[in-house]
Order: sequence, then C-alpha cells, then structure tokens
Amino acid sequence: MQVELLEVRQHMAQFPPFEQLSDDLLDELAGQVEVGYFQAETDIYRHGDAVEYLHYIRSGAIDLYRRNGDLYNRLSEGDIFGQFDLLRDQRVRFPARAIEDTLIYFIPLTAFQHLCEADDNFADFVEVERPRLESTVDQQRKGHEMLVTRVRKLATRAPVMVESDATVQEAAQRMGEHSASSVLVLAAPQTSEDSHAFTHEDGQLRRMVGILTDHDLRNRVLAEGRPASTTVGELIDERPITIQSDESVYEAMLRMLRNNIHHLPVLYRRRPVGVLHLSDIVRYETNSSLYLVDNIFRQPNVEGLAAMKSDVRAAFVRMVNEDDNSQMVSSSLSSIGRAFTRRLLELAEEELGSPPVPYCFMALGSMARNEQSIVTDQDNALVLDDSFDPEQHDAYFLTLAQRVSDGLAACGYSYCKGDVMATNSRWRQPLHVWQQYFRDWIDDPSPERLLHSSIFFDLDSVYGDEAFVESLQDLVAGRASQRPRFLAAMARNALNRTPPLGFFRTFVMEKDGEQNNTINLKRRGTAPLIDLIRVHALACGSRAQNSFDRLEDINKTRLLAGHSGERIRYALEFIAMVRIRHQVIDIQEEREPDNNIEPENVSDNERHNLKDAFQVLSNAQKFLKFRYPMPSQKR
Amino acid sequence: MKPLLSRRHSEPPTWADYFMARREQARDTALERYFDVGVPTPETPIGDVPMLAMDMETTGLDEQRHAIVSIGVVPFDLKRIRLAERRYWVVRPPRPLNERSITFHHITHSEIEQAPDLDDVLDELLAAMAGRIVVVHYRHIERTFLNAAVKARRGEGIHFPVIDTMSLEARLHRQSWWARLRRWLGRPPASIRLPDSRTRYGLPPYQAHHALIDALATAELLQAQIAHRYSPETPLREVWS
Repeated sequence: MQVELLEVRQHMAQFPPFEQLSDDLLDELAGQVEVGYFQAETDIYRHGDAVEYLHYIRSGAIDLYRRNGDLYNRLSEGDIFGQFDLLRDQRVRFPARAIEDTLIYFIPLTAFQHLCEADDNFADFVEVERPRLESTVDQQRKGHEMLVTRVRKLATRAPVMVESDATVQEAAQRMGEHSASSVLVLAAPQTSEDSHAFTHEDGQLRRMVGILTDHDLRNRVLAEGRPASTTVGELIDERPITIQSDESVYEAMLRMLRNNIHHLPVLYRRRPVGVLHLSDIVRYETNSSLYLVDNIFRQPNVEGLAAMKSDVRAAFVRMVNEDDNSQMVSSSLSSIGRAFTRRLLELAEEELGSPPVPYCFMALGSMARNEQSIVTDQDNALVLDDSFDPEQHDAYFLTLAQRVSDGLAACGYSYCKGDVMATNSRWRQPLHVWQQYFRDWIDDPSPERLLHSSIFFDLDSVYGDEAFVESLQDLVAGRASQRPRFLAAMARNALNRTPPLGFFRTFVMEKDGEQNNTINLKRRGTAPLIDLIRVHALACGSRAQNSFDRLEDINKTRLLAGHSGERIRYALEFIAMVRIRHQVIDIQEEREPDNNIEPENVSDNERHNLKDAFQVLSNAQKFLKFRYPMPSQKR
Repeated sequence: MKPLLSRRHSEPPTWADYFMARREQARDTALERYFDVGVPTPETPIGDVPMLAMDMETTGLDEQRHAIVSIGVVPFDLKRIRLAERRYWVVRPPRPLNERSITFHHITHSEIEQAPDLDDVLDELLAAMAGRIVVVHYRHIERTFLNAAVKARRGEGIHFPVIDTMSLEARLHRQSWWARLRRWLGRPPASIRLPDSRTRYGLPPYQAHHALIDALATAELLQAQIAHRYSPETPLREVWS
C-alpha cells in the first residue's frame, strides 16, 4: 500500500512552478522526491559537479555563487535551483552553499522530464535559459484568469460539517458559531468498499452525503413547519454536486449556474476541504478590470464614480497578485482612467447640452501611453473644431473641462501640478492653434522650452472627434524626425534624471520627506527610460504612444545596436513591476502608495535585478548622448 | 611464561556472531535470508552504511498485550532519503481491539478490518530490512514489538542493531556535563521528543503520528545529527546499539 505523502505534497503545492500542477502530478512527484540535509556553512555543490536533480528548498536558505566568488543568488524556502544545469549539460554552473541548516528535496531527472512533458506551465517556468532579468520578467508575464485559477485558491476556509443524524437545530447552531451559510453532512459509508469514503479527522471513515444551507433551513424547515428536532439526514438530497479542488474557477461557476445552486462543496479527492459560494466567485470577478469598466459606465453621477475608488485599488491588487505583467496592469489602469474620463464627459454633456462645436478630449502623458499607475495625476487638453469662437463657445468648454477635472480629482486622479489640464485656456484651443504649438516646439526648440511641453509628445484621444488628435499625431510623426535640434533638445532633457547607481554599482539613496533612504523608481527608473524611448521613437517617425509599441517600431530600424532594444524593454518591464509590487504592498499595509522603495525592503534577488535594470538605463543614456549631439548654436 | 595479558575465554558476542548463528539455526526461510545478508562491521564509517528509517503505530506500549497496526519504512543513507522506495503497511492486530487502548491516529476501523495480518507482509518487511541498519526514534517500541510479533508467527524471534535518534539526543541533553549543569541550575531538561529534537536542527515541523511521515522525520533527524555532532567517518559502533 503506497500512501500519499501529504506533508511533502502540500508544501510544494504552495510554490511556483508546482502550485499550478494538478493534484495527481503533485502526488506522483512527492513520491519520487529524495531528501537531504545540509548543515549551515557546508557546500552542496561545487563548480562542475554532476547534477541529476532539480532542487527544492524545503527549509533553510542557500547561496549560489559565480565562479569568481561573487554572490549570484540567494534562495530560501520554496525556491528551486539547478533547472538550467539539468537542461544544459548537467554540470553545476553556480556552486551552492547552505547558509542556514537546510533541507532539500531532490527531484530526480526522470521526474523532472516527466513534469516538463506533462505540464506546459512547468516547462515554461524551467525551460528557457536566458539572462536572469529576462527570465524573471517572462515569469511575470504569465497571466492567470478564471480558466486557470484553481478552485482551491478561492475556497480557503475549512468546511463546517455535521453528522446526518444531527438535528437541524444543532446544524443551525454550528452554522451560527462559524458564521457559515452552509454545513456539509457526513454519514458512515454504506459498505467498506464505498468509493466516496474518506478518513475523517477523528480517524473514522466517512462519506459526504449532502449539504444543508441557510436557504434549506428557511424553505424546508421553517416554511414547512418542521420541528427543530428534524434530523439533517431527512432534509438533504443525496448525491450533492461537488467540485475537485484542482478544477478551474470557471468550471465551478458553470456548475453552479447549470444546477442553479449557490454552494458548491470542494473536495480534495473524496475529502471535503471547503465550500465555494457564488459570492466568492462574484467577489473574485468584481475585482476584474473588465467588470470595473462596465460598472463605471453605469454610474449615474460623480458621487457614484468617486465611490469606486476602492474597487480600482482592489482590482489593481488582484491583477498584481495574479502575476499580470506591468503592461497588462498599466493598460488596465489606463482603460479604467479613460472610462472615468468618458463617463464624466457623458454626464457633463447630459447636463450642459450638446457641444456647440465638435471637440476631442485629449489625454497626455501616462494615460496617452496606456501606462497609468495607481499613483497618477491628470494631464489632459481639449482640441476644438476650427470654427470655435471663444466669445460664443468657451464658457461651455470651460464648464465641461471643470466638470471632468473636478470629477477626476474626486475619483483619485489628482490635479496636474503643472496645470496641464483642459481647464487652462492655453490647453483648450482649436486645432489650428494646436498645430501651431507643435510646429513651434519642433521647429524652434530649446531644452528649457521643451522641458515644460515634452508631456505633449505623448498624446491620444479619449472622447469626441478622434480625427483632431490623429492629425496632431501625424504632424509630430512627420516633422520631428527631420529636426535634429529638436531631437537633441529632447535627448538632453531625457538625460536630466539618472539611475540611482554609484561608481561601484551601489545604490545611491535619496532622502524622502520623512528622511528615509529611498529610491524613487519613477523618477530614477521608469520616467528616464520612457523619456529616452520617446526620443528614439520620434527620430524613427513612429506614431506609437505606448513605450513598448515604440520600442517595437525602433527595433524595426537599425537605430539601436544588437540586443539593446530588448534589454531596454526588459529593464522597463522589471522596474515598472517592482514599483507596482511595492504599491500593492503599500495598499495591503494600508499606507498611501507611492513611487519610493526602501532598498533594505527589497529581496536580494530583486536587488540584483534592479541593479541590472538600472545599468541598462545608464548605458542607454550614454548612447542617447552620443546619438543626438547638440548642434552648434546658430544665432 | 604467562602472557602479560590473559586472553579472555570468550569475546562478548557481536552482532556479526549473532547473525551468523541465527542464519545457521533459522528454520523460517525469510528469517534465514534476512540473517544471511549479514550486518556491517562496527568499524564501518556511518557514511557508508545503508539504513532504513522505521516507525510503527501500536495499540499500546506493552508488546505482550498490544499489537502493531501500521509500519512505515524509508531506505536512506547520509546523502539521500529515497521516498520512492518507501513502504507502508496497515496490519490487522490478532487480538480484538480494546477501544480504550486504541491510539492509532490516521487509521480507521474499516481499514484495519480489511488489512492483512503481519504474517502476510513480514517477508516484504524483512527484505526491506536486509543489509540495512534500522533507524528509529526510541528503540524500545520497534525492536520489542517486532520481536514479539515475529516470534508469535514464525516461532523464532528477531533481534537487530538499531540507531536510536532519541538516545543520540539524550547523550547530549541528558548525560553531558552541560545537561547536568542545567539540572543543577534547576532548568528543565531539553525535550528529546521527535518534533522538539528536529526543531533544534532547523528541520521543519511535520504532522506527527503517521508511521511513514515519522519514519521520514527520523531519517532527516539522523542526517542532521551526524552533520552536526559526528561525521560521515564516525564508525558505526559509536552510534548503534
């Protein structure tokens, strides 16, 4: 009789890449593991040793070293190592040393190969040998949706259970004690061969025979006048509908809808491990950005919109916890921001009447790039039809702009500190004026002049007559690449903010308002990267607004050598993701999220990756300086 | 002339002597095979010794009145514990179960009712033990219960050397000068129970009282004890009994 090794399996089931495996694969894996103990300060592998295992750290911590003795990576409970060596030449590349007393589960090569064949996610996780930064980023990209999220993730509370000979009163008491809306009903197995039987905590063999819900207590006990002494067994339907813990949330939802039930007992094999309620799924789905956007358009007024602020944060936290990458998170946040803006414009138009002349509401900065974060202010403008007459029409558009701006502020998008908003009459102009603005900036630039207007080089329409904004995008794309002085001025501004790296590749801290040593990941990381990508994009004549789209356009030309475009992409993705993750931590710990991280709160692995990413930025800035020199001034 | 040192008439019997003698006398073929494989010499470095972690769940502590209900074994050495070769048996006690004495934990009545008698799994168990040193936490259960059970079924008992992780802990925590100092200072002695001993070596907590998991936990503990207190070169005689 081979018994399941629950202790081993349950631990591995908590950590990637094993968390996504089916229960069967996990059980099979647990049974093949070999175990070894290493005292602190002892070597596990030396360079060049043969490797025949994937290693899983069950407890303790280890360091991996480069050949020259530099620390490569520090790993702890739940981490794996050796996968790349296994896939390449089965020799140790990075020697490993235990830094605490460490227990390692050795997964034999054959079991490893079997997992790679049986599970694509597992194979993706371990197979690709690439530089560290890139593989970290790619792991983050694996989005999970309802289809791949397993039920065990939502059903986390142990079920409340009673015997079938308990009275409904006892059942109701148990439900009350546990604030549960259902109890599972157990009975002795009918035969010793019962295929539904499981071993209960008390060692007795039991089978689950049904579920009793608060709904049943009302409809089948109170409404029908049954006494409190009625046994639970008399009420329940035998053969309840159930779901296995490793099935998908989507499957659970279908099963509830198909059977018109709100409670679904969750089983691990035959053992009940929880009850999924329809509201669990609704709550899970409510935090999705699609649902949010839909909900935004249903709000009847600004108050309704403002009340959704916490939903936006919840959706943000969920996206990050489900390993969405920074592009998915920030484009979702941008869609949400656009939805707020559009709904505010709709509401304003309902109240103020139709606009006297056509217009387009234009987003600038991060919203235009589809790169919004949870900490963001509003940058917007109005492009009006050339028939616009300020005397007659401006009162309407000023009120419209104020409604939107105040509304956005109420929804958590603070006013723009530089007053780049449609409420500013300078940024509420007919198309021909806007075209003149852009010609002036491009034809007669100076770094000082562009410093305040570079935000306008990320622009996109949000609502209204899109053609206005498209004509401005065309103008910029056609003209900017022909003006070396403009590109040089933009490049010079893009060098204003440097990565926080010291001479010896150490972090250089800055003091925040509270005198903590921090690094501002936006100012010192994402913003300068976005700036330099914009310069190259303008030089290439790209019409793209999103930084990653711009990089694709840049990479189609030969402007950047070798793989530097790829490296910039990974660096931007990584820094953006660290920033996002730290904002999630802020939200979860009920602090106001910001762009600062404290390096001592960053894991070692993250710290190494961050340094790599900042180094990419630093190199890219050096190239920018060289590529767009300031031409000699002719006055 | 008399020799300076008189040779004793007979050396105390060794495990090798015992195995040799039993091989000759055994009438049961499984036992004969077990003793035929033999036993490592006391000088064998522990790092070279194949071992078998063993744990039993019993209905009580007295081998005359109580019986074995489950046995878990995992083969291992100092480098690796091989879970793929683990074995686990639930067995039916020969005497009707006394409800009050039932201390088994994850095993149900019906599992036991359907389980084989120890006699049916004994050949497999002896094969798993052959050539390996049994490692247990608290030696008085496995050795005495197995001896009694084998004697009852095959008419001849079985003795075997064991490494007892509990008595290795006791040497440090009950017999050392440090332990005596602690006692003198009125401090409670350190617990040498399996989970507490494991904690001292940084080993993770396992849910106890499943014969197979306890066997795994014991194997890990011995690996840790040797790493911290002894070395792979330590001769077997220093740790077995």
